[in-house]
Amino acid sequence: MPMKRVMKGNEAAAWAAKLAKPKVIAAFPITPSTLVPEKISEFVANGELDAEFIKVESEHSAISACVGASAAGVRAFTATASQGLALMHEILFIAAGMRLPIVMAIGNRALSAPINIWNDWQDMISERDTGWIQFYAENNQEALDLILIAFKVAEDERVLLPAMTGFDAFILTHTVEPVEIPDQELVDEFLGEYKPKHAYLDPKRPITQGTLGFPAHYMEARYKVWEAMENAREVIKEAFEEFEKKFGRKYQMVEEYKTDDAEIIMITMGSLAGTLKEFIDKKREEGVKVGAAKITVYRPFPIEEIRALAKKAKVLAILEKDVSFGLGGAVFADVSRSLINEKEKPIVLDFIIGLGGRDVTFEQLEEALSISEKAMKEGVEEDVYWIGLRKEIL
Amino acid sequence: MAVRKPPITTREYWAPGHAACAGCGCAIIMRLATKAFSEAMEEKYGDPNAFAIAHATGCMEVVSAVFPYTAWKAPWIHVAFENAAAVASGIEAAWKKLGYKGKILAFGGDGGTADIGLQALSGMLERRHNVVYIMYDNEAYMNTGIQRSSSTPYGAWTTTSPPGKYSIGEDKPKKWVALIAAAHMVPYVATASIADPYDLYRKVKKAAKVDGPAFLQIHGPCVPGWRIPPEKTVEVAKLAIETGVWPLFEIENGDIRNIKFQRFPKDGKFKKPIEEYLKLQGRFKHLFKRPGAIQELKEQIKEMWRVLGKEVELP
Repeated sequence: MPMKRVMKGNEAAAWAAKLAKPKVIAAFPITPSTLVPEKISEFVANGELDAEFIKVESEHSAISACVGASAAGVRAFTATASQGLALMHEILFIAAGMRLPIVMAIGNRALSAPINIWNDWQDMISERDTGWIQFYAENNQEALDLILIAFKVAEDERVLLPAMTGFDAFILTHTVEPVEIPDQELVDEFLGEYKPKHAYLDPKRPITQGTLGFPAHYMEARYKVWEAMENAREVIKEAFEEFEKKFGRKYQMVEEYKTDDAEIIMITMGSLAGTLKEFIDKKREEGVKVGAAKITVYRPFPIEEIRALAKKAKVLAILEKDVSFGLGGAVFADVSRSLINEKEKPIVLDFIIGLGGRDVTFEQLEEALSISEKAMKEGVEEDVYWIGLRKEIL
Repeated sequence: MAVRKPPITTREYWAPGHAACAGCGCAIIMRLATKAFSEAMEEKYGDPNAFAIAHATGCMEVVSAVFPYTAWKAPWIHVAFENAAAVASGIEAAWKKLGYKGKILAFGGDGGTADIGLQALSGMLERRHNVVYIMYDNEAYMNTGIQRSSSTPYGAWTTTSPPGKYSIGEDKPKKWVALIAAAHMVPYVATASIADPYDLYRKVKKAAKVDGPAFLQIHGPCVPGWRIPPEKTVEVAKLAIETGVWPLFEIENGDIRNIKFQRFPKDGKFKKPIEEYLKLQGRFKHLFKRPGAIQELKEQIKEMWRVLGKEVELP
C-alpha cells in the first residue's frame, strides 16, 4: 500500500530519487535544493538506497560526473537550483547531445544579481534551449511524481534525452504537504531497469563517445535531438497514462481549469497555478468568465494544447516568473510561436510577476485580469506588463 | 630459439591514423601510457583491458576522435575542456555499481589541467577516486593555436605572450601541477617525459596499480608550438631533463620531504647548459638577444629545484 507522509518538496524529490534507484548521484549544496542531497545521503548512509553518492566540489562537476556515470551505462540523478544550474549550463547541452537520460530536480530560484535565494523560474527557463525535457510541479506530490515520470520519459528509446523537474523555491521546497509515496514494486514496474543500448563504457565492448562533429555531421546530430524532443510529446502522454493507471494521479501537458466558457484564460506554471485556481474560483463566483491553464511540460512546449486552448478564449493572459530582456517573458514567446500561423487567434498578453520570491497576491492577479479585460474590449495597448512593481523605489 | 619478452607490451590502444602532427610528443604519451596502463591492469586484475578513458578537450582529443572515426581501442569518452576529472569520477562510481574491475584513466593537456580543469582535478583527487589523471604537458594551449597557459615556461613565445618592446615573452614562472596534486596527499604523484620511455612506462604502471588516485605530469614537446623540427621532439625533451629544466620525480602520499628523483646528477651539477635546450626551439629564440633573460630563467629553475629540496648548479 502506498504510504502518505507529510514532507517538504525537497524530501519528495529525494523520495522520488530513492524510488527510481539511481546508481550514481552527484550533487553540490545550494539553497533551496540542499535538502535533496542531504536526504539522499541519509538514504545511502542507512542502506535504503544502494548508490554511489559523489560529493562533488561544484555543480559543474556534479553534472559532469552524472554524464560520466550515465555514459558508463547507469541511471544518474542530481539536484540543484539557480546559480548551480547556470554553472551546469555548458554541460547540459552536452548531456542532451550525447543522449544521456540524466534526471535532475530543481528548486526553482531567481538568478543573481542581486543575489536572491527565493522563487522564480529564471533558472530553468534559461536552460530551455539545451535539449532537456522540462516539467514544472504545482505541489510536492507533483514534484515526486514528475521526477519518476522524468526518468520514464528520458530513458525511453524514442527519446533518450535528459529531463529536469522544477518545483518552486521555498513555496514548495521548504513547505510541508501530505505526499503519497508510491509502492516500490509499482515504481520498479513503471520504470524498469535502465539497460542502455547506446551508452556504456565497457572494456568488453569498447566504444568512443563524445567525438568531434564536423559540419558534415553536426547538423544531423542536432536534428536527432530535435526529433527526440518531438517524439517526447507522445512518450510523455503515454507515460502520463501509464502513471495514472498505476498510481491513480492524472497528468496532462497542459491542465485546464474552468476554461470551457472562459473569455479570458490565465496561463501559468508551477505553484502559482494553485493560487491562480483559487483566484479563478473567486472570480467565477463574481460571474467573471475567466479560466486557468497550467503548463506542466514546458519542453517540449505543448504547442497543440496551447492551440486548442486558444480556440476557447478571446484573451490568453500569461503569468510568468521569468523574463527575456529585450523581448518579454519566455512563455509569452512560446505561446506566441504556437499561435502565429493560426487563422484566428486570441489576444496574448504577458504579465511578468513574482520575480525573486515576491508574493503573488490576488490584487496582482486582479490587475492582470483587469488589463486583460480592457484589452478584450478596447484592444491591445501594450503586450508586456510588469505586475506588482514597487513604483516608489524605482 | 628463445623469444625475449618485449620490455613493453605489444598491445595497442592508440591506433595509427590519428591526426596528430608529425613528431607530436603528446601522441607518444597517449601510446605509451595506455600500453603501460594495460600492462598494469593485466598484472593487477588479470585483464589488460580493464580500463576506460575520460579525455579533456584538447589536442589529443581532437586528433583522435573525429566522427565517424576513432583512434581508441579502449572505452573512451570526451565531454568538455575542464571536467575530465569529474567525468572520470562519475565513471568510476558507475563501475563500482556495475561491478567492473579496473581503473579509470583521465587525460588532460596543461590548459585543461593547470588552468580550467584544476578545480575538477582537485575534487577528484581529494575524493580519492580510483583514477589516474595524466596531464600531457606541452606547455601552452596548442589546440587553439599556441596561447600561454599557467604551465608555459618563463620567457617562452606564445601567441598571447609575444616578445616585444615591453615584453620578454611569457613573464611568469611555470606552475607545477604535480606539486599541487601532491598537496592532496594522494598515494602517487610523478613527473615523466617522453625522452625516458622506460621511466614513463614504469611510473604509469605504478600509478595504475595504487589503490586510489594518482597524478602524472608528462612532458611532451609540441612541434608547431615550440617551433622545433618534427625529428627533434625526443632530443628536445631529453635536453630538458639533462639541463635541469624538467625534473623527474615521484612523491608518495604527499611526502614532499622524501621525494624520489630520477636522472638527477649526484652532485647537483647539471652538465649541459639550458642554452642547449633553448636554442633548439623557436619559442625561446628571442631570449638570446635579451640580456639577463636566460639568467632569470636559470634562477627560476634553481628555485624550482630548491622547492623540491635540491640545491643545483646550472652551467
